[in-house]
Amino acid sequence: MPDVHSLVNDFLIKLKKRNIEGSQATAKLTAELLRSVISSQRVPYTNQAGALIDAVKAVGEQLIAANPIELAVGNIVRRVLHIIREEDLSLTTAAMAGLNMSTVSDDEDDGERDNHPVLSAAVVAAAARSTLRPPSLQTLLEDMPDAAAVPHTSSSGGDSEEKTKSADKSSRSRKLKHDVIEAVNELIQDIGTCHEQIAEQAVEHIHQNEVILTLGSSRTVLEFLCAANEKKRSFRVFVAEGAPRYQGHLLAKELVARGLQTTLITDSAVFAMISRVNMVIVGAHAVMANGGVIAPVGLNMVALAAQRHAVPFVVLAGSHKLCPLYPHNPEVLLNELRSPSELLDFGEFSDCMDFGSGTASPLLHVVNPTFDYVPPKLVSLFITDTGGHNPSYMYRLIADYYSADDLVVQRRPAIGS
Amino acid sequence: MGTQKKGASRGSEDPVELARVPLQAILLADSFTTKFRPITLERPKVLLPLVNVPMINYTLAWLESAGVEEVFVFCCAHSIQVIDYLESSEWFSQPNFTVTTIESHNSVSAGDALRLIYERNVINGDFVLISGDTVSNMSLTQVLQEHKERRKKDSNAVMTVVIKRSKPSQITHQSRLGTDELFMAIDPNTKQLLYYEDKADHAKGYIYLDKLLLADNPSITLHNDKQDCYIDICSPEVLSLFTDNFDYQHLRRHFLKGLLVDDIMGYKIFTHEIHSSYAARIDNFRSYDTISKDIIQRWTYPLVPDVKFFGNSSIKLERQGMYRASEIGQSRSAQIGPFTVIGSGTKIGNTTKISNSVIGEGCSIGSNVSIEGSYIWDNVTIEDGCKLRHAIVCDGVIVKSGAVLEPGVVLSFKVVVGRQFIVPPYSKVSLLQQPTKQDSDEELEYADNSIGIAEISSITHTVDKLNGEITNQPFETQCWPTSELGTGGAGYVWSICEGGHDEEWRHSVAPIPADKLSEAIHAADDDLELTQDGRSLPPSGELKPDSNDSEYDDDGESRDDSIYFEKEVEATFLRAVHENITVDHVILEVNSLRLSYNKVAADCAGGLFYSLMKLALETPHDSASELVQAITNVLAKWKKLLKYYLAEIDEEIEVILKLEEICESTKEFAPVFDKILYQLYDLEVIQEEAILRWDDEKKDADESDKFFVKQAEKFIQWLREASEEEEEEEEEDEE
Repeated sequence: MPDVHSLVNDFLIKLKKRNIEGSQATAKLTAELLRSVISSQRVPYTNQAGALIDAVKAVGEQLIAANPIELAVGNIVRRVLHIIREEDLSLTTAAMAGLNMSTVSDDEDDGERDNHPVLSAAVVAAAARSTLRPPSLQTLLEDMPDAAAVPHTSSSGGDSEEKTKSADKSSRSRKLKHDVIEAVNELIQDIGTCHEQIAEQAVEHIHQNEVILTLGSSRTVLEFLCAANEKKRSFRVFVAEGAPRYQGHLLAKELVARGLQTTLITDSAVFAMISRVNMVIVGAHAVMANGGVIAPVGLNMVALAAQRHAVPFVVLAGSHKLCPLYPHNPEVLLNELRSPSELLDFGEFSDCMDFGSGTASPLLHVVNPTFDYVPPKLVSLFITDTGGHNPSYMYRLIADYYSADDLVVQRRPAIGS
Repeated sequence: MGTQKKGASRGSEDPVELARVPLQAILLADSFTTKFRPITLERPKVLLPLVNVPMINYTLAWLESAGVEEVFVFCCAHSIQVIDYLESSEWFSQPNFTVTTIESHNSVSAGDALRLIYERNVINGDFVLISGDTVSNMSLTQVLQEHKERRKKDSNAVMTVVIKRSKPSQITHQSRLGTDELFMAIDPNTKQLLYYEDKADHAKGYIYLDKLLLADNPSITLHNDKQDCYIDICSPEVLSLFTDNFDYQHLRRHFLKGLLVDDIMGYKIFTHEIHSSYAARIDNFRSYDTISKDIIQRWTYPLVPDVKFFGNSSIKLERQGMYRASEIGQSRSAQIGPFTVIGSGTKIGNTTKISNSVIGEGCSIGSNVSIEGSYIWDNVTIEDGCKLRHAIVCDGVIVKSGAVLEPGVVLSFKVVVGRQFIVPPYSKVSLLQQPTKQDSDEELEYADNSIGIAEISSITHTVDKLNGEITNQPFETQCWPTSELGTGGAGYVWSICEGGHDEEWRHSVAPIPADKLSEAIHAADDDLELTQDGRSLPPSGELKPDSNDSEYDDDGESRDDSIYFEKEVEATFLRAVHENITVDHVILEVNSLRLSYNKVAADCAGGLFYSLMKLALETPHDSASELVQAITNVLAKWKKLLKYYLAEIDEEIEVILKLEEICESTKEFAPVFDKILYQLYDLEVIQEEAILRWDDEKKDADESDKFFVKQAEKFIQWLREASEEEEEEEEEDEE
């Protein structure tokens, strides 16, 4: 327990100090931390899910407050909460179904079932998802046969009679935790492999002899472009350098190392070059529920240029970047101002900042925002690990990953402090 | 830039690398100065809020994020407050970060502190030496690595000093932090620090560098645009050095300069320049103001108000650098300007204007108040219609309605300013009376006197006596009684120390007043003209920091120098007289003096002539005629020496002028001026042409100046006639 506490503290400090960069790393670390929080959480006999949710929420609040600008933290916290709810729901439905079965169908084949009561949890979860919640578009379109098959399996998932209710309970509590941890592991795995999953789709989008433009550096974009290259597509990449951090330079270097035709341009040359570009592919910091994108600074300009020349503007985002909040939500910090030293040399300008002489009020103000907001109407397509989506579809996708109850994790601290 | 870019990777590497040798740091939670008085009488400097967070938190947060694992906080003044604060804070419960306090009551300087820490024997590797009032966001990885590599190659590299580029003001010769202009000589290849001078005398207008510096190093760069960040990476030897040299008090003035001068032990100090990261130390009220503004402008990112780097309440950054806590009561008509921080629980009344200021927590500010460039700490009450400009207002102060705080005012804790009262500029007000005696418990002013300790104590004594006298006199202008802080006011206005008054504007939170500024500009301009008026080139070995360097009279400075030169020449000459050194050798010695002081032959001639005259004066004589005789003897004896320097007419004229000067100052010589002049002519030291030209030059002079000309009138007359004759008989003369 103290171990977890120190882990949490450690992570909190890292978040506060802005020591972790990149939403993928943050998401992964958050998920791993929450996994250990869950595994160390002692579960009471009643209302296990509630206890887990409270524990995760308590930690989640702190994490979100520690670095409110990194939305991935909040996303993962909500995802984990959602997982707990789902698993709990599936277990309850399973139990209820089991009870129903045992009373109604009078121990038809309990002998066999006794051997593997754990087996069907996932199936039950799927069943619960399809029965108790409004079906998502995807399940409506694709999972129809499954859903039809579910009632059958769920009925078989029932435990035998009232045999030992307490034993059943304890096994259930252990099972809930176990299942949740399993699911969180899956989530961590998903986060880890999101690049590959997105990159797999590259060939469908990048065609022979195309010109792709990107800005700054994004690991997802890099993998995406390289995947297309590996599949023997030959195309050229324009990289806008992404001032003031110039991560585009790094991307260009990396692309060249992997054998791609690369052209490096300044950010201000984007408009001049856009008419030659077939597609803009960029990474994102976060995707909001309305399909708007919070992205590295300069991207709004690129999106407007792309729109002007009717160039498709494609955003790559792992599912951990999907944020269930809307950008007009006051909880969402849309931007972060970083140190002006990234823009100009302190030593050279130190005489402009001598407050001893003159009016004593700073005449020079350097603003260094990290992010841009790209409205959904400028985005042509989102590519996530589950495939390509239209901006207007994002809210639906988000509904698959989050439960509405968790949208406001911070309600209590907001009143408290 | 690099710090943040590599942040992620470093985060994972650091602990692994540092686990081998835990990195330690010594944090001096006492500045051993009195610059923040009267505030520091009641609360230690490190706990004073800087943009609403106690200063020590910035330092600790930085140390923690830089990978330091063990910090020894050395507390001296108000040690109980510091320890209490740290114990109640989160710092004691951090993972991988231990904070240990070391308490001392009799340390009066950083030197004492380090000696005490050495005795404790807690430091066992390289450590970071920092004072608790330093704000930084630099990464230590690189500097530590450099330091360690240097140590491997050369065990004498004991210290690495962190510096940052920052231009000093050309006008006032102080850095933007309000400290004096700093001169450093650095070897550009090895980054070794060769020279460090933070108290350069601008009256002189130049600094001295040891010639060896140029001889021993292939190249050196001299900087006046570097700022000392007061972050040092030290090897354990540093502590033992302090113990060995028990007179080392101040880190820079004694220790650093001591090591630089001492070439026996051969210890070396290196510099590490940071570019994109920030580091600065709060030394005085001006740097408090400057660093506050730097924080608000986010140079210290991520140590900025809206990032909760340490238990501070949540503050949101709004447009134009305006930081507001979530729970403030702000009237709709109140105007909050740019670069303002407002702490939680503060209430602001109607039509109040606030700009460029920091307001603490729980303050209540009335209507029609105008606050500009001020620092208002917690729980302050400011009633309606007050005006505050560039003031520091401590916790619990009450400023009653209509009061005005002029620029540079410091109100210490719980002072009450009465209605309509105008607190004069630069006044410091406290509930405590100004101390008349220095206690060892209190901070001492070692840091800011360039003189030795013994002298300091005597100075402080005189200052104390002075203050004592002032306070003993029943409340005069310098010292207002409580009731004179307006009706219902409470607090003593401190008198400004003698000599400190002039400097007050330099270190205040208020910007430099326009008149002082224009004064300084004038001085600088005058100086520039002077320099352009064809003054001799700066001497070798002395490098002028800048053409327009001094705000004082330049002549005084050069005269100073000539006096030294003359003394040297005289000493050399006397030695020659007493030890029977041959003339050639004397010439050699005087020549070397001439080169080192960068003088011309005329100066040597003047100097030598002065010494000759002095020698003659010292030989026993009864009457004027005997004196003349003595002079003649001396002149005859040393003619060769003097003649060596009289190659030109100008130099001979110089000798005559010198003679005039000597006669003016020595009454024994005055009546015999003409006789001496004749002797000089007679001994062929001076040619007649020189005397005639001297006479010509004097024609336009004042009557008073002509005293000696008149005395020598006859002689000159005779010379003129002679020369006319000569002209007539040119041919004959040529034989």
